[in-house]
Order: sequence, then structure tokens, then C-alpha cells
Amino acid sequence: MKTDIKTQHEGVKWQDLSPGCVINGGGTAKEFNTGEWRVDTPVFIEDKCKQCLLCVPVCPDSSIPVVDGKRLDFDYDHCKGCGICVAACPFDAIEMRKGE
Amino acid sequence: MAYNFKEMMNKPERFTPGHRMCAGCGAPIAVRNVLRALKEEDKAVITCATSCLEVSTFMYPYTSWEDSFIHNAFENAAATCSGVESAYRALKKKGKIDDTYKFIAFGGDGGTYDIGFQSLSGAMERGHDMVYVCYDNGAYMNTGIQRSSATPQFADTTTTPSGTQSPGKPQYRKDLAAIIAEHHVAYVGQTTFVQNMKDLHLKAEKAIYTEGPAFLNVMAPCPRGWRYDSPEILNICKLAVETCYWPLFEVIDGKWVLNYKPKNKLPIEDFLKTQGRFSHLFKPENEKYIAIMQEEVDKRWEELLKKCEE
Amino acid sequence: MSIRERLSGNEAIATAMRQVCADVMPAYPITPSTELPQYFSSFVANGETDTIFVPVESEHSAMSACIGSEAAGARTMSATSSCGLAFMWEMLYVAASNRLPIALAVVNRALSGPININCDHSDAMGARDAGWIQIFAETNQEAYDNFVQAYRIAEHPDVKLPIMICQDGFITSHGVQNIELLEDDVVKNFVGEYYPESWLLNPEHPEAVGPYTNPPYYMEAKYGQLQGLINAKKVALEVAKEFKEISGREYGLFEEYRMEDADYVMVMMGSAAGTCKDTVDMLREEGIKAGLLKIRMFRPFPGEEIAEALKGAKVIACMDRTESYNSQDGPIGADVKAALFNAGMAPKVLNYVYGLAGRDVTVESLASVFEDMKTVDETGEIGDTYRYLDLRG
Repeated sequence: MKTDIKTQHEGVKWQDLSPGCVINGGGTAKEFNTGEWRVDTPVFIEDKCKQCLLCVPVCPDSSIPVVDGKRLDFDYDHCKGCGICVAACPFDAIEMRKGE
Repeated sequence: MAYNFKEMMNKPERFTPGHRMCAGCGAPIAVRNVLRALKEEDKAVITCATSCLEVSTFMYPYTSWEDSFIHNAFENAAATCSGVESAYRALKKKGKIDDTYKFIAFGGDGGTYDIGFQSLSGAMERGHDMVYVCYDNGAYMNTGIQRSSATPQFADTTTTPSGTQSPGKPQYRKDLAAIIAEHHVAYVGQTTFVQNMKDLHLKAEKAIYTEGPAFLNVMAPCPRGWRYDSPEILNICKLAVETCYWPLFEVIDGKWVLNYKPKNKLPIEDFLKTQGRFSHLFKPENEKYIAIMQEEVDKRWEELLKKCEE
Repeated sequence: MSIRERLSGNEAIATAMRQVCADVMPAYPITPSTELPQYFSSFVANGETDTIFVPVESEHSAMSACIGSEAAGARTMSATSSCGLAFMWEMLYVAASNRLPIALAVVNRALSGPININCDHSDAMGARDAGWIQIFAETNQEAYDNFVQAYRIAEHPDVKLPIMICQDGFITSHGVQNIELLEDDVVKNFVGEYYPESWLLNPEHPEAVGPYTNPPYYMEAKYGQLQGLINAKKVALEVAKEFKEISGREYGLFEEYRMEDADYVMVMMGSAAGTCKDTVDMLREEGIKAGLLKIRMFRPFPGEEIAEALKGAKVIACMDRTESYNSQDGPIGADVKAALFNAGMAPKVLNYVYGLAGRDVTVESLASVFEDMKTVDETGEIGDTYRYLDLRG
């Protein structure tokens, strides 16, 4: 049975803690919002985007979703604003904006 | 093996966001691009040495891994992975498992070149069907940027600080890929984030789908430890390759293959000047060290060309 | 039908290892447990077992691979001694905290230095706080029987912890004794198939093992682990009851030998208990009410039960085959005294270090300990409570 990580909150009693701190299931970190860390924010300028997808593999936070071969807007719940995608974009379709 | 970039980018992610690596860290870039080489229908068990990567990607109860994952300790990712792979063979033999699983271990350079070296050598020699991926950021970043045997010569780290009597780390880095190649394993590849990840992807694919032990050495810059602005990472990787500091090569069944030869080999200072850890080398009294490093880079590059019969 | 044989302790354990149908055995040779991987790899070479043998490059990697294999869902075992167990030290804690029921055959040997290959308990005692179940044997028969019972205790859902099956280096591991083996299918049925509750190779969903845990989780994780260990007492007794049905041999948490009316009781574990039984018999003939409490399960420590069994004793001698350098007692001494204190009892307790590095333990030397107990009883003077037996000078 998959672990319901909502039950594994910081106030969990010892009886309810998963034995061995094992998590059954994958990808539970999606529930954790790292977007709050952002100092500067990348902005996707769709008009300029040629959908070359060169920004996708360089993102350390898997925060450029691709659906049906096309990138969507940033996953701001998780993007930490490192700016690597800006450097990777040959078409100036991503700009960094100061602040969150 | 063909590489259709757009098709690859369309594959489902096996490494999720929500991990606690620093903004701009190279390690998760390495991980994502290695895991993308897995066939969608194949399952995997990932082993991870204690490292920035481990403590940031499985902080209870949050795992960033869509595949099964085990962390054991700092120095034993290869041995742990070899145990998982042995269990797979045993359970498969008994008919308890049908699915195809692949086994990939990740470690930083500290956990791979140094404290985990014996464990890695043992697992490679025993011939387990696994891939060990070193994400090499050239120092013990998790404990605060101490030197490792992967740290480049003259880098300023917290245990090889540059000072009036020291130009930084005295020794040149250990050539781990060559050492593992000398184990006569099935596949060894050295790569980094260049060519829109094509080189990394193809090497990961070969490493995963060549039967037997394989080793990948991926240079994965650390903005904090190397002291550069995070968007600079791709430029730094490019310069590492163009200066021949970090050559792209592979060793397939004992045959050395050079994957990229710069048309104009750039001077090592082009790589050094991008990073704060080398800034002390640009003081007039330290210029001689750049020349020393250049000499070593040239020597090793020539050796590699010979091995690859270039 | 049991099979009568004459086997060394290592041969007996190797037989049990083959019979319990483990999936994977990573191991590294070290005297005096070296024969275990040797015997086992010959079983593999001759097709007598399905188990995959992994000849790792160190004990550290042996336990690391055990952890990977057991977490993956495979029944996993290994064997080691002395410095090998010490080299596993970090991994022992991980195996226990991950709740992985690995079985480890420990052939007890002195820890370096100075380096020595003979028997004492310093290796297992060094690992006593690692969270493993520890069971000790007096004879080859007990070592065999304990290994047959190991997985039933360790894998029990109320326990889920790794287990060390200990026997004395050379004394039992290389000493040939008469033994009754169980038939292969009897053991196979007794131990049963292993179906873990969660495992890395579970095709239904992935699993993640070995997280970084922040302070809000760590204490609760440790307490849960402790409860598993405490449960091992109850489970070991249940398993022993079932084991008696297939073997006719009886096991408890400890063995009481001529304890009914004993004034002077020796508490010890391992092969020297056999010598102690002879000593007790001899003294009984002389009219001295001597008795022995032989510990089988050292972790978890059956403190309440031991205190209860020691109720009638006037003087107790705790015998430690190790030096633990706390400067006032050895591990058995410390644990027995704590158990007595917790039970509100305050009998006179002497603590001896004996038999280090294979130093001979004779009836005469153990008789001298009973003599010391008698003197303490008669004079009321306890003197030095922490003593070395048969020390020159």
C-alpha cells in the first residue's frame, strides 16, 4: 500500500510513523513547494518561443513542463529562479524579472 | 542509437521537483538527463551515496524519485547497488519478479573518488549489471567545499585554501574514468552538459543498456563551491571541454574513443577565469601556476589522444 | 526424522544456511568464520542451493550489499567475526534502523589489538547497541538450532529487525560435536517463504528507503525500532515453542541449570557454560548449592525475566568474555545489575572478565569463582567487584 505522506507530518506519533521511515510510492517531493526560495523569476515570453525545448533539460528543478512536445509556462511552485534556462534560450524567449 | 531531442524531452520525468538542492545546482541536471535515457517501460532502482543529492532528494517523507530508491551511507553506494542487483537476479531466478529493472547508483566525487572508491572498485570488478554515475563537482560540497581527489589543481577549497604560502590544492585531479576503465568493465563514459545534452544522453543510454558494469563520470558544476553566477553553468561546461580540461570520451569494451576534439583548443585560463575558486591565480605573483596547470592539461590531453589513436 | 551427524559449528551453521533457503549471501572471509563462505560457495558451485553468493571485497561491503539486497525484497544472510564485524559497525545501525531482517552468523573472536584470532565476545559486545537481536550458543547444536529459528524471529511483522546468531570461535566453530540435523524440507517448511511488507522491487509501486530525517521524526523512529526489539522476546519464545515440535529441543531466553535452590549463581553465555555445568555438578556433589544462568538472548536483554530467575541467589557472579573499559563492570555485569536494581533487588554481585582471546576456561578456574562467591557470602565482605579471572601478576 502506498504511503499517504499527509499522515507522515512532523507531529506524527511513533505508532503511525512508517516503520524504518520507508515511503511506499515515488515522487512525493512534488508536494513540497520550493518556489518560495525564488529571488528572481524567469518569465516565459510565448510569442518569441520556437519550441526548440533547449531550456527543458538544463532545468535543475524539472520546472519546465512539456506536454505533447511543447513547453508550457514555468512551474512556479517549484522553480527556484536560477536563470540557467535564460542562458540556454537562443531566442530571448525567457527573461529574468527581479523579485518573486 | 539515435537521439531525437524533441522526443526525448517529451518523455515523462522520473526525477521530480520539490527537492532541496541549491538553485542552479548541476547535480539534478545530471540526474534528470541520465534517467531520461531509461526506456519508459523499464523499471529502475536508484542507489544514492550520502551527498547533497541524497539529503536533498529524500528528506522524509519527500522523495524526488519516481523510481525505487535506496540510500545507505556515504562510502557504499556501489556495494549497496550490487546487493540490490543480486536480489533482483535471485528473485528473478525464483520467478518472483517478471519486470525488467535497471540499477543506477549516484554519488558525488567525494563518495566516488575517495571514501567510496573501494566499494566502487569491488562492484565493478564483480561484474554486476549496474551503472555507477559520479556527479563530479570537484569537492566535498555537502560538508562545505573541502578538497577531494577530484578537485582541480590550484582550486581554493576550505581545506586547500589559497594563502600567502599556498596557491590552493597542490595536486592535479585523479583520473577516475581511466582507473575504472582499467577494470575492463563493459562501458565507461566521461561527459558534461554540452551539445544540448546529446553526449550525456547517448552515454547514459549506452551505460544503462550495455550488459555488465558501467561507469559514467559527469562533470556537474556547483555554483556555491566554484563561485560563479548560476546561469553561467553551460558556458563553464563548454569551456571545460574546449580547453581539454574535461575531455569527452568513452571506453567501450576496452577501446578508447574520443567523442570531441576542439578545432581550436582554448587556453586553460579561459576555464579558470569563470570561477571564483581560481581567482587567486590571476594575481601577478601566481601566474606561474596557470602555466603549470596548462602543462598538465596538455600532457593529459596528449595521453588521451594516444589512447584514442587520434 | 532427524539426522545424526558429527559436525563442527561452522559445518552446522553452513548446513542451516543452506536449509533456510535465503536468496542472497554477500560475505567476506575472516578467521574463524571463513569456512562459512567457503562451505556456502561450494554448495553454490555444486548446485545444492539457489542462493546467490556475492564475494564482496570487504565486510563493510558485505553488510552494505546485505542492506541493498534485503531492502530489495530478498532474504539475505552473511557471516563474519571480530574485526569484520567491527568494520561493519556503521552499517549494522543502518540495517536495524531500516528494519531489515538480515541474519548474520557471528563466530566470536577477539578484537584487535593486539591482533589475536581466538574466541572472546568483544566483537559481538561492541555491536550490542546497534539495534540487532543477538542470540548466543553454547554448543554446535544450539548454533544450528538458533540459525534455523533466526528468520522466524527477525522477519516477524512485530519485530522486523536484523539478527546475529553467535557462536564461539574455534571452540564450537571448529570443534566437532555430535549433532542432530533436521531434514531439508522440515526446515524449509518451518522457515517458510519470505514476503516482505515493502520492498524496492515491488512491481506495484516504487519504494524509497533511507531518508534524511529531521529532528521531528528521529526520536519516534528510534522508539518504534525499540518496540520491535522488545517484541523479539515474545516472538522468540513463540518460535521456540514451534521449534520444539519439529526438533524436540527446548529453548528459552536463557537456560537455568540447577537453579532451583542455588545460593551461588554464575551468569554467562557461550561455550564456557558447558564447563560451568560440569563445575556446578562437581560442587553440588560437595554440597555447595551452585547454579548457572546461561543467557541465550542477549539483545533484547531479558532483564525482568533474569531478575526473577535470580530471586533466590545469595551471591551472583557475572562472567564477561570481553573488556568494555567502563572500569566498573562488563556488559553482562552492567545489564544484570541494572535488571536487579530495576526489580528492587540488591544481592551481592561480582563481575569477572574471563577467557579473553581464547584463554582456557577450566572447571578449576570456574570453581574458584564459586569459592569467591561463598567467601563473600560467609564474610559479608564483597571486596573488589570487578575482577579478572586467571590473570597473572
